[in-house]
Parts: sequence; structure tokens; C-alpha cells
Amino acid sequence: MSDHHHHHDHDHDHHHDNRYSDMEARVKALETVLTEKGLVDPQAIDAIVETYETRVGPRNGARVVAKAWTEPEFADWLKRDATAAIASLGFTGRQGEHMRAVFNTPEQHHLIVCTLCSCYPWAVLGLPPVWYKAPAYRSRAVIDPKGVLEEFGVTLPEGTSIRVWDSTAELRYLVVPMRPEGTDGWSAEALADLVTRDSMIGTGLALSPEAGR
Amino acid sequence: MNGPHDLGGFQGFGPVNPEPNEPYFHGEWEKRALGLTLCCGAMGHWTIDESRHARECIPPANYLAASYYEIWIRALEVLLERHGFASRTEMDEGRKQTPGTTPKRVLVADNVAAVLAKGAPCDRALERQPAFRPGDRVRLRNINPATHNRIPRYAKGKMGVIESLQGSFVYPDDNAHGKGENPQWVYTVVFAAPELWGEGADPAQTISIDAWEPYLERL
Repeated sequence: MSDHHHHHDHDHDHHHDNRYSDMEARVKALETVLTEKGLVDPQAIDAIVETYETRVGPRNGARVVAKAWTEPEFADWLKRDATAAIASLGFTGRQGEHMRAVFNTPEQHHLIVCTLCSCYPWAVLGLPPVWYKAPAYRSRAVIDPKGVLEEFGVTLPEGTSIRVWDSTAELRYLVVPMRPEGTDGWSAEALADLVTRDSMIGTGLALSPEAGR
Repeated sequence: MNGPHDLGGFQGFGPVNPEPNEPYFHGEWEKRALGLTLCCGAMGHWTIDESRHARECIPPANYLAASYYEIWIRALEVLLERHGFASRTEMDEGRKQTPGTTPKRVLVADNVAAVLAKGAPCDRALERQPAFRPGDRVRLRNINPATHNRIPRYAKGKMGVIESLQGSFVYPDDNAHGKGENPQWVYTVVFAAPELWGEGADPAQTISIDAWEPYLERL
């Protein structure tokens, strides 16, 4: 009886491991049965994917940052009520319901992480990159932010301290990087090209005018 | 719970390795995994807190070896089975055997834009006054429930300062387990790095978490 039981457990484990070895097949089977049951509409999945491939991405956040760089009243609003200020540009919704904007200064550099899962401001940055959701970044951003920044090629000047924001609740953070030097008189549209996704997570800086060209 | 998801300060994962010009998806199945997770969530039978807890309950060895969309799919299957929408066998075979639970609603393509643009705000009005104010010194409670909780292990028992009151929000510890939204005040609490990481940590560096009021005790 005991042997039989162990044998059964072994089979079960083996089966369990195989279940996720071919994710293409696994997810296809899942979509098939859920569609057959009328629980999901495959075209709704297409529409979701299209939304995040073409409409909701870091270009949204870049527009917010560039507007804050060029319009002091908007920057002020963004500081006081980021959700409303961002919504005024039409960027609302899923994983952007409760926004906070944090502004880099010569004294302080902000870095955003979610150590507990993958909280990320989708409405302004789109879907998070793989590294943001993976254990290396989630584990190290809070204990070794300087080392993490170096891996992204960011070395902060002496005297700039690092503030790490762990997104443990439902607030979603957007970093407003410092406006690069040599951009006086630039339009918001031109400035937005200098605002990278990573600069709005805090793992990068805004591009210099030369690098932006 | 002290699950595999609670990664802050864990060592040994190596460099971050960002991928230059990373595509939005690595393979067709990731697109479908994203869509399935959102569509099933939109049926309205479980909360984001219950979803997060389902992900945390993936056995540690599997969680740490899985890509994030695999984590989502593993948790989604648990939720679908728990709420009676599909059995393990049905999901393994990709074939319907019984009708299962009738969904409250189904997300159709025409409604996707509106549903995504609306999101799911989780701030809730609260009549009682917040217990803490900016500048108050607090300690994160050292509690270790086996249920859903959003205190990262690295902050438990540590002393910090309330920086700001962020509003009142659904309380995940209860909401994840079907005990209602029970809204609570949420604060940003700031810690100096040496308080969290001890000797050798940069005293100029700070780390903050967002904490629901029941997580905090006054110093």
C-alpha cells in the first residue's frame, strides 16, 4: 500500500512538472476550453494585446514628463495630484488609478520597484519589461540600488542620495527625471523624445540632446 | 505570507540583465496569457488581492523558476478551479466536460477599451480619522500570517517615519480572503537604509513602503 502510494505521488509530481514545460500548448489548451465555455472572447484578448502593443506605452509617460518640464503649473499639479494631472492628457485606467509623481533633483534620485509582485504604472509606461518583474531586480533594488544603477550605466554624482520606492500598496509611481541641459527653448514634443522608459522608473536618466538625435 | 514572492533583500539572483530593445512579448503565448488573465479577472469573481495571493501560493521552487506570465497562468488556473469555472482535467485537455459556474459578465472585444480606460480604483471613503500624521515615528509590526499580507519581510519590526498620508484603500489582508474590503488608511513610511540593512549601509539612502494602518505601531 505504502509503495503504491509513493508510486502514485511520483506520477502526480511528474505530471505536474510537465504541465508547464510547454507554455504554448498549456495556454492554448486553456484558451480553448475557456472559449468553449463562453468565459472568454478571443477577440477581446486580441484587443487587449493591441492596446498595450500600440496605444499604452512609455510614450504616454514621456508626454507627461515633457509637459511638466515646459509648464510649471502642470508640474505643480503633477506634484499635488498626479492622477488628475495625468488624466488630463487622457492617460487613465488599469494600473494607473492612483498615481504619484516623484521628481528627481540634484540632491535625490528616485528608483521604483515592486519587491512583492510587479506593480507598475501601466497607464503611463505600458507593460513592465521582463527585468522589472524578475527576481534579480526585485531583490536587489532595495538592498543594492547603487549596484543596480551601475548595471544600467547610471552613476550618480557625489552628493545625490538614492530614494527607493517599494510599491507595496495600490499607489503607482512615475519618476520625473531632471531635464537635460542644453534643451532651453525645446518644444514639449521634442523633449518627449529624450524621456526613456527607464528614466521614468529611475533606472536611467533622460537622454542628452546629442544622444536623443 | 512569507512566500517566494517576497524578494526584497534576497541575494544570489545575479545581475539584472536588461534586454536591449526588449519586445513587448516573448512568444505568442505571453500575449494570450496576458489577455486570458485580464479577461478572467473581468468576470468579476475574484479580486486583485485574491489573484496576488494565488501567485504567492505557488510553491517556491516553481515560483522562482517561472517566468512572470507562467506565474500568472499557474495562479489563473487555481482561481478558475477554485471558483468552479474549469477543472484541472478540462484545463489539461483543453476540452469542456461540464458547464461550470456562470460568469457574472464576459469581457467582449467592443468593451475592452472602456474597461481598460476605467481601471478598478480601490480608494474608499473612510469616516474615522487617520491614527498617524506625517513626521510620526512608527514601527512596522512583526506579524507573520500565513494569509495574504503586504508587509515585505525586510521591513518587519523596523522603525521608520510617516512621510505622507496617501488616502484610504481596500485592505488586501481581508479582501484577498473574501472578508470584505474593510478600507484602511495608507501611509508612505520611510526607512534609512542602515535600519533595514545594518552595518555598511549608506546612511543617506532611504527606502519607503506604502503601509496600511493596521501594519503600524506608534513609537
